[in-house]
Amino acid sequence: MTHATALIAEDEPLLAQHLASQLARMWPALQLLAVVDNGLDAAAEALTLRPQVCFLDIRMPGQSGLEAAQAIVEDWPAAQALPLLVFVTAYDQYAVQAFDAQAADYLLKPVTDARLAACVQRLQGRLQPTTAEPADSSSQALLAQLRALLSAQPDRPAPPANHPARLGVIQASSGNVVHMVPVEKVLYLEAADKYLRVLTAEHEYLIRVPLRELLPQLDPQQFWQVHRGLVVRAAAIATAQRDDSGKVFLKLHGRPERLTASRLYAHLFKGM
Amino acid sequence: MPEPLAATTPTPSLRRSFVRRGARNLLLCQGVALLLWSVSGSGVYALAPIGVYSTAIGMLCWFFIDGARLLVSAWLQRHAPRPGHSSGWPGPVWMVACIVGGTFLGYSLGSALAGWLTGRYNPSLAQEPAALIVSLLIAVAATYFFYSRERLHLAQAAAEAARRLATENQLRLLQSQLEPHMLFNTLANLRVLIGLDPAKAQAMLDHLIAYLRATLNASRGDAEQLMHPLAAEFDRLADYLALMAIRMGPRLQVQLDLPDALRNCPVPALVLQPLVENAIRHGLEPQLGGGALRVSAEQDGDSLVLRVRDSGVGLAQRSSAKGDGDGYGTRHVHARLAATYGDRASFSLHAPPRGQPGTWAELRLPMSAAAMPVSARSPAHTATSATSAT
Repeated sequence: MTHATALIAEDEPLLAQHLASQLARMWPALQLLAVVDNGLDAAAEALTLRPQVCFLDIRMPGQSGLEAAQAIVEDWPAAQALPLLVFVTAYDQYAVQAFDAQAADYLLKPVTDARLAACVQRLQGRLQPTTAEPADSSSQALLAQLRALLSAQPDRPAPPANHPARLGVIQASSGNVVHMVPVEKVLYLEAADKYLRVLTAEHEYLIRVPLRELLPQLDPQQFWQVHRGLVVRAAAIATAQRDDSGKVFLKLHGRPERLTASRLYAHLFKGM
Repeated sequence: MPEPLAATTPTPSLRRSFVRRGARNLLLCQGVALLLWSVSGSGVYALAPIGVYSTAIGMLCWFFIDGARLLVSAWLQRHAPRPGHSSGWPGPVWMVACIVGGTFLGYSLGSALAGWLTGRYNPSLAQEPAALIVSLLIAVAATYFFYSRERLHLAQAAAEAARRLATENQLRLLQSQLEPHMLFNTLANLRVLIGLDPAKAQAMLDHLIAYLRATLNASRGDAEQLMHPLAAEFDRLADYLALMAIRMGPRLQVQLDLPDALRNCPVPALVLQPLVENAIRHGLEPQLGGGALRVSAEQDGDSLVLRVRDSGVGLAQRSSAKGDGDGYGTRHVHARLAATYGDRASFSLHAPPRGQPGTWAELRLPMSAAAMPVSARSPAHTATSATSAT
């Protein structure tokens, strides 16, 4: 039997070290592939090493544990079962509430030995092939849960409740010229490193605003997030075609390129 | 006046309060009528006409005076806005003009109207100086009554709002300092340390206790004016930073520079705490490799200069979504300095020079004995050390 594998992402060294040693004691067969101290390394290492279990602290430098989870799920190879995600948090009420019984698990810091033992038992049960539920249904549950968590993140700027400040014009500068791009003309927005590509039918503009800051200023009825780095005007989507891995390929009116929606957002594209 | 005050003061709509004053004035007119009637010694038959005269003159006087002062104060506010004029009372000179003019107009028209109504029009009465003077006296008294009433009402509302604001501030300060995320992570580290290194765990617990005690003390209502020696301020910072050093490990480098000569300088208690917490929470914690924090004190002429410098995520890069706690901490420092020193202290928050990473905060406090805040109610030992320092 192959050993189960795990990754720990925790920015506080004592806590990371302690979790590793407790896991070694309670679950000797578990092979710890990596211990990382930030959210960016968490996603990168998980996607390279493909552990079966990821322990993710929620508040970490770089990106949060939830954002790391989103990156892991979106870029995970389709042929392999998604990893079991265990979120660890000191005080993030929203995360605790968003979880239900189907979650891999979440741990509240300080983590007691008894609680960690219960978590280990649960993970071992989920990894056993004999009792495992059909892989598809469990990953569907994980996707639904992750969606709920991502939409509940408190550190994402929420539009002011009484007057939602909707963006009318995107101001994109190139050199010393500022292009005023009406939002109605925008077909999709795509994150590219520190920039955001803004695409209309005829042109492409670059702005220096992170997608997460711009997103709350767009009308969610008109603009759909289909990937962590991609927001598309719903009315501009001509066809959506699902492949075996769960990804959805989008063809647009007015643009030649084909876009990819992650399986996290595949539920948006169902026939009526 | 702090800004939220205006927003929270209950100001009934202009029209409603105008109508209410009118109703009160109507009552007043009836009282005046009764008084005049009893003074005149006439029979019951005279009560009705006296009532009509009193009501007509009184109501018209009130209408012209009140209307005029509202128009004048609105006009003043538009053309020469001054803070005092916003309340609808345009100041003594204008009020005298309103009262004299309003009474004269109200009396003339009122007596004519009452004469017409009662069928006893008496042109000589319209120019009767004694009656005019009585009307004027009543008008002055009534205006004073309405004025002091409104002043009292506004003062009560302002005091209430100020009290609410103070309580809210204390609560928010406590909330921002006893942040659950910080507390539970600290406890999680402590829990691990108890098994690994009991002596170190005990030291960490001591720091946590000192930090909690100082924070809880500072959030008490009367603590706003509390002063303590700079050395005590640095000790409290050291407690907090010791906790953070265990949590962040090598990601945090700390340097505290306090020259011996400045140890006894009095400073507002925990004035640096929010700046250090901001530097960690918004500057160093979110940064991948962590960074360095330096807190220093130096004397510059008559000023005590306190600096908190971090090499973390700069102000420009701090996500606007997370800026709220940051803003609260700096607002608190501003308010604290203004309350203690007036405009003799300054506070600035800026990017380091020459494109270095991070954020620098600088406080300048007056140092001379004369600059000691009078309002500071210091504990005995603080007071003695303060005098020995200056």
